[in-house]
Amino acid sequence: MATDATMAVRAGRSAKGVGGFVVVTALTFLGLLAITFFIGRVVPIDPVLSVVGDRATQAQYDAARVAMGLDRPLIIQFFDYVWSVMQGDLGTSISTNRPVADDLLRVFPATLEMATLGILIGVALGVPAGVWAATRRGEWVDQVMRVFALLGYSVPAFWLGLVGLAFFYAGLGWVAGPGRLDIFYEGLVPARTNVMLIDAALAGDWDVFRNALAHLVLPASILGFFSLAFIARMTRSFMLDQLGQEFITTARVKGVPEWRVIWVHGFKPIRVPLITVIGLSYAALLEGSVMIETVFSWPGIGNYLTTALLNADMNAVLGATLVIGAVFILINKISDVLYRVLDPRSKG
Amino acid sequence: MSTRDWLLDDSPATLTQANLGRAWRMSTALLRNPLAVAGLLIVLLLLATALFAPWIAPESPVGQNLQARLLPPSAEHWMGTDELGRDIFSRVVYGSRITLLIVALVAVISAPLGLIIGAVAGYFGGWVDRILMGVTDIFLSLPKLILALAFVAALGPGIENAIIAIAITAWPAYARIARAETLTFRNSEYIQAVRLVGGSHARIIFRHVLPLCTSSMIVRVTLDMAGIILTAAGLGFLGLGAQPPLPEWGAMISRGRTFILDQWWVATMPGFAIILVSLGFCFLGDGLRDVLDPKQGGGK
Repeated sequence: MATDATMAVRAGRSAKGVGGFVVVTALTFLGLLAITFFIGRVVPIDPVLSVVGDRATQAQYDAARVAMGLDRPLIIQFFDYVWSVMQGDLGTSISTNRPVADDLLRVFPATLEMATLGILIGVALGVPAGVWAATRRGEWVDQVMRVFALLGYSVPAFWLGLVGLAFFYAGLGWVAGPGRLDIFYEGLVPARTNVMLIDAALAGDWDVFRNALAHLVLPASILGFFSLAFIARMTRSFMLDQLGQEFITTARVKGVPEWRVIWVHGFKPIRVPLITVIGLSYAALLEGSVMIETVFSWPGIGNYLTTALLNADMNAVLGATLVIGAVFILINKISDVLYRVLDPRSKG
Repeated sequence: MSTRDWLLDDSPATLTQANLGRAWRMSTALLRNPLAVAGLLIVLLLLATALFAPWIAPESPVGQNLQARLLPPSAEHWMGTDELGRDIFSRVVYGSRITLLIVALVAVISAPLGLIIGAVAGYFGGWVDRILMGVTDIFLSLPKLILALAFVAALGPGIENAIIAIAITAWPAYARIARAETLTFRNSEYIQAVRLVGGSHARIIFRHVLPLCTSSMIVRVTLDMAGIILTAAGLGFLGLGAQPPLPEWGAMISRGRTFILDQWWVATMPGFAIILVSLGFCFLGDGLRDVLDPKQGGGK
C-alpha cells in the first residue's frame, strides 16, 4: 500500500518538535486514507456495485463507473480520492441522497455528547477507585476492582445496553428509553450546536434538558463503565509504582498524614501519565459508541455507520470510518503531545 | 530417584528431561494461581462443550416448535425458548462450536502473520524494518472494530469474511511483539554461530528466531481472545457475521433484541455464555503471563 508514506512516517518520527508531530500525524492520516481507499476500491469484487447498490439500473451503473474513474490506474485514482477528501467531498450516500460529509457533520455532535459524558463518568469514578485499590492492595476492595476490570474486557457492550434497557427502563423506570428525546419534546429547542444538553440550556428550556439527560444517562453510564474498568486498572498500577518509592516511605516516617502521602506525594506525579490513559479511553469510547448507539437508536455516527453497513451504502461506510479513524488518531496524538509538554523530564 | 526429582533435576542429562522439567515447573506454577485454574477450567469446558455438543444439547439447535414459542426458563428448557420455539440452551451449546472456530482461525491466521512480519523486520533492520513497522503502526493507530466493520462491509456479510476481517485487524500487535523480541537476540552469539556455519536467513528466522518468540506470543494471543470473541459477537449482532439459522451467540442476542422488554431471556442467555468464555480467556491469559513472562509482572 502506501510504502512512501510509511517510510516517511518513520523518518518523521526521528524528527523532533512540532514539525515532526505534524509530519507524523499527516502521514498517519495518509495511511488511513490508503486503507479506506483499499477497502472501497480494491477489496470489493465490483466497486461500482458496492457504491450504487444492486438496485441500480445499467445506465446508473455506467455513469457511476465513469464518475469513479475506474478505467484509470489505481495510483491516479488514489490521488484523486485524497484530493476530494481534502476538499471535504466524501461522496453521496445512496440511502439519504445527501453528501456524506453533511450527514456526518449533522450526526457527530450526538456521539460527542454521549462519549464526553461517558468519559467524565469513567474518570470521576475510575481514578478514585484505582487509588483506593492501590492503597488496599490484596484486600477485598482490590479483588473486587480486579474482577470489575476484567469484566470490562469480557462483557459485550451491546448486551449490557440491552440488559440495561430491560432493567432500568422497562423494569424500574428510572431512565428514559432509546433515542435522544421523548417524541413530544422534539423540535422544541433550536438546534444550535446539535448537542442536546447545550441547546436546551441555551434556550433555557429545562424540561427538555431533563428529558435529554434522562435519555443520555444510561448509554453514557454504560460507556463510562468500560472506560472506568481501564482507567481504574491503570491508575492502580501507576499508584503502586509510586507508593513503592523511597520518598513515600520518607514522607511517612516524617509523619506526613496518610491522605497527604497518597494524594500529594503519590498522586501528583501520576497525573501526567493518566492524561495519556484518559485520552486513549476517550478515543476508545468513540469506537465503543458504535455498538451502544445501535442498541439505543442514538442518532450519532455509530448508528449512521451501522445503518449504512446494512444498506451496503459504501460511501457512507467509508466516510464514517474515515471520520472515526481521524478523530481516533487526533486524540491519540494530542494526548501524546500533552504528555511531552507536561512531563518535566521530557524537556531540555 | 522419584519422577518428581528427575523432573526438577538442576542438571538434566538429556534435552527431553530439560523440556519436561520446564513444562512441569510451569504447570505447577500455573496450577497454584486460582484465577488461572478457573480460566483453564472454563476454556476446557468450552472445548468439551464444542466437542460433545450433540450429546450435551437436549434438542436440535435448529429444530422449530411453534407450539413452544418464547417459553421462560424452566426445568425442561433451562434457558427458555426463542421466537421459533427452539431450545436456547441447545443453541448456546452448539454456538460454542462457532465461537471456537472463529477464535481458532483468527489466531491461526493472524499470529503467524504478525510473527513473520515482526521477525523479518527485526532481523533485517534498516529499510525493511521501516516499511514493515510503518504499515504496522498505521494499522495499530486505527480503531479495530471500525476497521473490521469496514472490511466486512466490502467483503460482504458471512462468517468467513468476519474471520478474515478480524484477523486483518489483529496481526499488528503480534508484529510489534515479535520485532521487540527479535531485536533482543538478533546479535546474540548463538545466532551468529548459525550464521557462521552457513545457515540461510530463512533458516535462522524460522528455526532459531521464531521459536523464541512463541512464549510471549501465546500469552498475548490468549489475552486477545476475549477481544476477538467480543468483536465476532458484535459483527454477529449487527448481522454481518454468522448468518441465521447458525446459533452464533451475537446473532442470537440480536434476534432477542425485539423481545428484550417482555421475554428478557432470549437476548440475555447467550450473553452470559460470551461473558463466561471471555472471562475464562482473560483469567488464563493473566495466569500464563505470570508464569511465562515474569518480567512483565502481572501481579502489579
